[in-house]
Amino acid sequence: MADTAVHAPLEHHEDHADGVHNTSTGLSNNKLAMWLFLGSECLLFGGLISTYMLYRGRHTENLGPDQVWDIPFTSASSFVLLMSSLTMVLAVTAAKRHDDRRTNIWLVVTAVLGSLFVAGQMYEFTTFYREGLGYTTSLFSSSFYTLTGFHGVHVTVGVIILLATVGMILKNRVTGNKAEAVELVGLYWHFVDIVWILIFTLVYLIPA
Amino acid sequence: MSTDTDSDNEIDDTDIRIADDHVDHWTDLQFVYLAIGLAVITAMEVAASYMDLGPIFIPLLITLMLIKFFAVVLFFMHLRFDNRWFSILFYMGMFLAIAVYTVALFTFKFFIG
Repeated sequence: MADTAVHAPLEHHEDHADGVHNTSTGLSNNKLAMWLFLGSECLLFGGLISTYMLYRGRHTENLGPDQVWDIPFTSASSFVLLMSSLTMVLAVTAAKRHDDRRTNIWLVVTAVLGSLFVAGQMYEFTTFYREGLGYTTSLFSSSFYTLTGFHGVHVTVGVIILLATVGMILKNRVTGNKAEAVELVGLYWHFVDIVWILIFTLVYLIPA
Repeated sequence: MSTDTDSDNEIDDTDIRIADDHVDHWTDLQFVYLAIGLAVITAMEVAASYMDLGPIFIPLLITLMLIKFFAVVLFFMHLRFDNRWFSILFYMGMFLAIAVYTVALFTFKFFIG
C-alpha cells in the first residue's frame, strides 16, 4: 500500500510527459495553435453577425425575420447542439481515462447530434426558400444565409473531424497524446456551439 | 537555511502541481448538471421571447446568452482550469472582434434610433 503511495505522483508525471510539452513555452503547441485559431474565428463570426445585425431590417414587407422564423423548431435544434457539447466533453473525459471504447461511443453520439443539427438547418433553409426567401431576395436574406450557412459548414466540418477521429482511434493511428487529440477536436466543437448560442439569441430571439 | 530536505520538498510540490494539471477538475455528473442548467436557460430564453417583458426583454436575453456562453467556455472548454495563455489567446481575438465590430456598427449608426 505504501509502495502505491510512493509511485502515484511518478505515474502522473509520466502521464504528463506523454503529452510532449517539451516546448519553449512549456505548453502544448497544438493546443496553443487551436486557441489562436479559435480567437481568429471570433473575428470571422463577429463580422458575419455584425453584418446580419446591420441588414436584418432590410427586407421585403412579407419576408422578414418575424414572418419566416419557426422558433420552436430552431429551439429544438439549439437543444440538440447544446447536448452535443455535453457528449463531446464526456468523450474528452473518457479519453483522459484512456477508455477508448467510451471515447468512441461519445464521439459517435456527438457526430450524430451534429448531423441532426445540420439536417435541421437544411430543412429550415428549404422551407424558407419555398416561402420565397432566396439568397438574393434581400440584404436580410443574404446576410442571414451567409451567417447561418458559414456556421452550418463549421458544424459539418466538425462532424467529419469527429468521425475521422473515431476511425483513427479504432485503427490506432493517433500519433502522440490521444487524449489531447480528442481535446483539440472538443475545443473546435464547443466553439461551434458557443457561436450558435450567440446566433440563436441575436438572430432568432431578439426581434428585428 | 537551505537543506536537502527543502530541496526534496520543492520537487514534491512541483510533482503535485504537474499531477494536478492533468487531473480532471469536474466529474461526468457535474458536466451533466451543467448541461441541464444550460438547457433550462435556453428554455427560459425561448419562454421570454413569447412574453411581453417590455424594456427588460433584450437585457435579459443578452444576460442569459452570456451566462451560457461563458459556462461553455470556462467549463466545457476547460478554460477556467487551463493555462492562462490559452485564455489570453482566445479573449484577445474575442475582444478585438467586439471592439472592431462595435466601432463598425457605430459608423453605420446602428445604435441610434
